[in-house]
Amino acid sequence: MTSEQLKKIHQKYSDLIKIRKVVQEEGEKLVKDSKYRKQVLVCGGTGCTSSQSLKVIEQLEQSLQELEIEDVLIVKTGCFGLCALGPIMIVYPEGVFYSQITPEHVREIAQRHLKNGGKVVKEYLYQGTIAKDGSIIPFAETNFYKKQLRIALRNCGVINAESIEEAIGAGDYLALDKVLNEMTPDDVINEITASGLRGRGGAGFPTGRKWSFAKASNSREKYVCCNADEGDPGAFMDRSVLEGDPHCVLEAMTIAGYAIGAKQGYIYVRAEYPVAVERLKIAIRQARAYGLLGRNILDSGFNFDIDIRLGAGAFVCGEETALIRSIEGHRGEPRPRPPFPAVSGLFGKPTIINNVETWANINPIILNGAGWFSCIGTHTSKGTKVFALGGNITNVGLVEVPMGTTLREIVEEIGGGIPNGKKFKAAQTGGPSGGCIPEQYIDVPIDYDSLLEIGSMMGSGGMIIMDEDTCMVDLAKFYLEFTADESCGKCTPCRIGTKRLLQLLTKITEGKGEEGDIEKIEELAYHMQQSSLCALGQSAPNPCLSTLKYFRKEYEEHITDKVCRTGTCKALATYHIIAEKCKGCTLCARQCPVKAISGSIKQPHVIDNSKCVKCGLCMENCKFGAIYRK
Amino acid sequence: MEKSDFHGTQLQAEQLTETINRLKSEKGCLMHILQEAQAIYGYLPIEVQSMIAEQLNISLSEVYGVATFYSQFSLKPKGKHRVSVCLGTACYVKGADKILAEMEKQLGIKCGECTEDGNFSIDSCRCVGACGLAPVVTIDEDVYGKLTPDMVKGILEKYKEN
Repeated sequence: MTSEQLKKIHQKYSDLIKIRKVVQEEGEKLVKDSKYRKQVLVCGGTGCTSSQSLKVIEQLEQSLQELEIEDVLIVKTGCFGLCALGPIMIVYPEGVFYSQITPEHVREIAQRHLKNGGKVVKEYLYQGTIAKDGSIIPFAETNFYKKQLRIALRNCGVINAESIEEAIGAGDYLALDKVLNEMTPDDVINEITASGLRGRGGAGFPTGRKWSFAKASNSREKYVCCNADEGDPGAFMDRSVLEGDPHCVLEAMTIAGYAIGAKQGYIYVRAEYPVAVERLKIAIRQARAYGLLGRNILDSGFNFDIDIRLGAGAFVCGEETALIRSIEGHRGEPRPRPPFPAVSGLFGKPTIINNVETWANINPIILNGAGWFSCIGTHTSKGTKVFALGGNITNVGLVEVPMGTTLREIVEEIGGGIPNGKKFKAAQTGGPSGGCIPEQYIDVPIDYDSLLEIGSMMGSGGMIIMDEDTCMVDLAKFYLEFTADESCGKCTPCRIGTKRLLQLLTKITEGKGEEGDIEKIEELAYHMQQSSLCALGQSAPNPCLSTLKYFRKEYEEHITDKVCRTGTCKALATYHIIAEKCKGCTLCARQCPVKAISGSIKQPHVIDNSKCVKCGLCMENCKFGAIYRK
Repeated sequence: MEKSDFHGTQLQAEQLTETINRLKSEKGCLMHILQEAQAIYGYLPIEVQSMIAEQLNISLSEVYGVATFYSQFSLKPKGKHRVSVCLGTACYVKGADKILAEMEKQLGIKCGECTEDGNFSIDSCRCVGACGLAPVVTIDEDVYGKLTPDMVKGILEKYKEN
């Protein structure tokens, strides 16, 4: 394909896509020139397909056929972000947002709304889009979307991710065209450097500098890698980009190949992401067929191709030297740096590795310029960051906000607050390598450096919100279980350190903590940070240290008073009977394996906590909810 | 290394050889071959690892090293129905440990084990990425979200007869 042909496809499809991006009035004008009266977008991301969105699409197709509606376009897109409300369906040009829909709802919506002259079915709309006076608010104006700025996720939930025409219509490959026609490799690197883009995978290394090192390395063979081994449990932004706009990653990698002088790229992606892998395969096939990958790309004489490598479930492979070993087909064990991969990486050749979200930022920077990008964000952290918001929060999902947004804005406005009237306790960022942000720092603008200052880190963008019922010692133990399990075992500080740290934490949560345990934890943590081989071991103590820093009192309560204030640590809990609710049915007393419950028939029973072994059978079996744990 | 009850068929062996021949020119092909081999046999017993080592002309220890490094590879057979409980952070905060405990109780096995009739095996996994539905369990290809322990029994029933 030539540059002209690419632009023709862009032109042909861009109006179709535009209807999904503009306000209703403008959309209605555009629709008049389109062969489709309406467009129905249904989320086909992993979150929504898990709640049966594919059945919704099937039903939609069937209903349209039954009603003989031919001028409505169905588009299966990537993630809209508001995963808690899936399956999600948006109808344009109205821009109305149906949430938690079932095939039955679809039948009704087709009948009442999609038919010519139909009206929006208000009862199935997302409640957040209905104003107090009953009027409909465009979903872009709702609290969840209003404060977001979508750069990396610009096409997620907008285009059909399995259609290269729609991707081109939305602007994919235009940056590549610009690069190949108008820019030298140095221009590309200078632009990326000037934008201030930093790696979104965790460490935040300046992307432009990484590329310049690889360009400066002298070698006939070089490689470009995409790290899609999203290991942080609770982060899924990379997956959403791959599912929603796979072409943007292929394009950005090709641009990098041109900039550093590489001809081959690899995408290392988790096998646990079957939908993302499938869409990537489709995208690569299409790009090759269109001449956007392979030989003589866009008639420029530049050759570049990309292959997929599947991970097999090892968290450490997110570390770049381990990832390289894994692509080479070995055990994914990290090695000391230097040499850095930019000098000696995959198969011993200069290699750059960037994370999916980083790749997703490249094309807009090329098209809109470094100046545009560097205006967004804070002094040291430019652009936006995608967070996977999860845990005890109303709007679980994917959000992209400018760097420097405060945690309060994310939790209270975008996230819709904590459900069930509970209080915010802390937010965990950076996954198993990160730490927590307690309530006192809820107004700190979030960027790479401010998070490090308060003892956490950006990480890949998992953000787990915890309410007052979360035990911080148990949380630290959860992460240590993870890192102890995922430690590759190559270096001693990590292999043994994580095990010992976990033992200490387990001991404390089991009520066997002794004085001096906290000091032992701190000393061990220091040595692990100083002497582990890779970031996994160096950062493994972080969840423990940051909870100690902000919730030391909880550790002390566990150790000295043998109390877990949230009731999470079973061994420290005590069970009690509410006399008013107890009917005296004797069931609990009969169930109790150690005869710790006494009382006569039809009289309130009592638990003797000196005998109780905390098995919880009484509470599980009580039919009147009269037993509680504290 | 334990001795396993290996019952590989001739057809499977042929499929494996065909796969190895197809992939062996690929750089760093071992992981890819192990993934395909596991798809053929359902797991990677030592016999299969030996066949791969022999045909790639590398040592068995190298194959074993890779096969035991990654959690996706299993050296033991799995159940007909594979229950996988997500223990990612979002699920954990929402009580995934209680779901796992209930699964173990209902099936009478521990995480990582297979029931005696070979019908079910339980594993834990790290984040399937459906955090909006936490806590999440997958059984074979089906995803069950927003679970509470009392829903576990009913879900398992669906898989018991067939």
